[in-house]
Amino acid sequence: MADEQNNGAHESETAYGRFHRRVLEGRAAVFAIATTVAISIGGIVEIVPMFSASLGPETIAEVTPYTPLEQAGRDIYVREGCYLCHSQMVRPMRAEILRYGEWSRAWEYQYDRPFQLGSRRLGPDLHRVGGKYPDAWHYEHMRDPRATSPGSVMPAYSWLLDWTTDPADVTASVRALSKLGHPYESTDEEWVRGQMQSQGETIVANLAQTGIETSWDREIIAVIAYLQRLGTDGRRVLEARETAQAEEADAADDTRTADASEVSGAGGSR
Amino acid sequence: MDPDRTATQPATGAAVTPVYDDAVVKMFFTATVVWALVGMLVGVIIALQLAWWPANLGLPWTTFGRLRPLHTNAVIFAFAGNVCFTGIYHSTQRLLKTRMFNDTLSRIHFWGWQGIIVAAAVTLPLGLTQAKEYAELIWPIDVAITVIWVVFAINFFGTLARRRVKHMYVAIWFYMSFVLTIAVLHIFNSLAIPATLVRSYPVYAGMTDALVQWWYGHNAVGFFLTTPFLGLMYYYLPRAAERPVYSYRLSIIHFWALVFLYIWAGPHHLLYSALPEWAQTLGMVFSIMLLAPSWGGMLNGLLTLKGAWNKLRSDPILKFMVVAVSFYGMSTFEGPMMSIRAVSGLAHYTNWVIGHVHSGALGWVGMISFGMLYWMVPRIFGREVRHPTWVSHHFWLATIGIVLYTVAMWAAGLMEGLQWRAINDAGQLANPIFLDITARLEPFLWLRLIGGTMYLVGAIMMAINFWQTIRGSGRPVEAAARAA
Ligand code: HEM
Ligand code: HEM
Repeated sequence: MADEQNNGAHESETAYGRFHRRVLEGRAAVFAIATTVAISIGGIVEIVPMFSASLGPETIAEVTPYTPLEQAGRDIYVREGCYLCHSQMVRPMRAEILRYGEWSRAWEYQYDRPFQLGSRRLGPDLHRVGGKYPDAWHYEHMRDPRATSPGSVMPAYSWLLDWTTDPADVTASVRALSKLGHPYESTDEEWVRGQMQSQGETIVANLAQTGIETSWDREIIAVIAYLQRLGTDGRRVLEARETAQAEEADAADDTRTADASEVSGAGGSR
Repeated sequence: MDPDRTATQPATGAAVTPVYDDAVVKMFFTATVVWALVGMLVGVIIALQLAWWPANLGLPWTTFGRLRPLHTNAVIFAFAGNVCFTGIYHSTQRLLKTRMFNDTLSRIHFWGWQGIIVAAAVTLPLGLTQAKEYAELIWPIDVAITVIWVVFAINFFGTLARRRVKHMYVAIWFYMSFVLTIAVLHIFNSLAIPATLVRSYPVYAGMTDALVQWWYGHNAVGFFLTTPFLGLMYYYLPRAAERPVYSYRLSIIHFWALVFLYIWAGPHHLLYSALPEWAQTLGMVFSIMLLAPSWGGMLNGLLTLKGAWNKLRSDPILKFMVVAVSFYGMSTFEGPMMSIRAVSGLAHYTNWVIGHVHSGALGWVGMISFGMLYWMVPRIFGREVRHPTWVSHHFWLATIGIVLYTVAMWAAGLMEGLQWRAINDAGQLANPIFLDITARLEPFLWLRLIGGTMYLVGAIMMAINFWQTIRGSGRPVEAAARAA
């Protein structure tokens, strides 16, 4: 046959080869459907369960959305492509926990759109950077990374010190996010601006203590707000859980010591 | 036997060759060469920025964070994308012995795609991005991609419908999986709610967003950088070697196994993350299984040369193709290894991943493309390549460049991976200062820059060579040879 282009040099025909040729290679539509089925199964099996409460990533009520100012900072983080050098995912490994802090939990990301896990560490992980440095450190670092971190390869982002955030623009973001289910008290521009201003003024006041003069509407303020928020919900929740556990264990120990016949303590393995 | 042997012996008696639309092939060809240079030049620039930070230039538009997506989009969607379209428009017509379904659709596809690339090249340096790797482009461009892809799909399937051969050759299967899967991946990964004309938020949040993205991301590798290129291999390697494909049975088995298994492998990008454990395990297991069909393709390619190995010594085109298939084998061995949890623990986040990426991208995608282009030029432009010796020089520059690039990255990745995790006797970090480790990477980053520059210089030589060939100083190809 003239069109047996597929045949190998010296191969004999096989049953599945004949089947494949007759049923699939001769019929483009059937081939296309079979291919679509083959490429859909894996995605369906892996992605659909993500939307179920038991199989998907855990969400908890203690985590709240980013404030408008933090969200504005996050959008700048996205714009500048920070995620191309910094991860936001501390892995559950000894060295990582020593270097960065508690490993990252799924529920910490529940309001992250888009996710910013990153896949490179040209710089250190940032998931637990919130509260690690004072606001002024971030200000100096973004202006000139080598001023705070000699030998850093990070570009300077001095324009963040001048460029301003626009509450109207941030309101558009807040509205889109609230459509996606992020609980915001209000989506009015006035509210958004008020929130941004009051949170921004606190940072401005912190910076003023080291002699830095700026105003709440600078992009750098939003970036600082975002960076200082990172990983703090997780830390707060995990610390609260630990305290609760410790209290529980204490309570259990108390009842046990009261019972004279009980010998071994329970909390040891925690 | 020969993939389109019969194209030169038309059944109708009338010459078939002139009915093919080679004008659109030439257009995609030109775009390929231009974007190859742009994409690789940006690669060299960002490589320089990592070795020497002042190259960020202190301007918002030129920082690494904005140029890196420009590099990845330019090499994947502009260079590799146009290569695929060049090869698909050229070989599909010949394999199916018919002209493309509709010339207007072909032109809309061409200009639409180039428009998308230009839009990407403008928006990315401006910082307009969705921040998902290989899916950075903002939502209006995503819409345009969808429209143009549908145009391409109609054109492609329309051509299949009016083919003048009964059975579709294996290259066509791979092209088909490319057209269908990219559509599915692009649509589901891009679902988002717009906030403004240039900003949107994905419908998925957190780890779900991460999983969808890496389902997309890994299969961008699988169905943008692998299956169409395997299709090209199945057409152009047998043609260049003048040998039939080694095994039909192997083609069937490895095709179906490859397209089925690839889709599952995304979570290997999220090992040790907060992604639910079961999904990580599925990703790891399927990635390891993926080794088998990948090597099936590699073996089918290499064994096609059985009995033609002597040609390899004299023919630089075959050299490009064989090195390409070998790098394909290597990176598809390395990938499954890196998908093992413990190995990922070491390799993830490091330069090792960059070494892996470029052994696939420069070694496989780049080299098979160069081989195909050198083979195609005399046949579509009717002129022998102007400087045959430059083809060999290009081959060696590229090969040595890849070796320098990947070896530097493997060494750097292994070193930083080990030093990040090293713990001393006191139970503390042996290298508590992150930047100390960064400083030790510098020599490797310069070495990578040298390797990447060699690769770029090779591509520039190719472009000049083609330019002079087409501008008329190439010797005309004899009519008989041209008929292919
Ligand atoms: C002259 C040649 C090239 C040079 C110098 C180069 C350089 C680079 C550099 C410096 C990076 C950033 C690495 C990092 O984050 O540390 C990168 C990333 C990347 N390049 Fe290239 N590149 C070149 C060609 C290519 C080609 C031809 C392709 C694809 C066909 C490609 C695909 C990619 C991809 C996919 C990434 C992102 C990797 C990741 O996210 O892990 N590159 N390249
Ligand atoms: C069987 C085949 C393959 C498997 C199982 C595989 C597996 C992997 C793994 C485990 C990673 C590392 C993810 C991380 O730790 O961050 C990775 C990254 C990557 N691989 Fe492969 N790989 C395969 C083949 C290829 C080929 C042939 C290419 C190129 C043509 C390629 C391109 C990439 C790219 C671009 C990335 C970087 C993604 C990113 O982080 O942005 N892979 N691959």
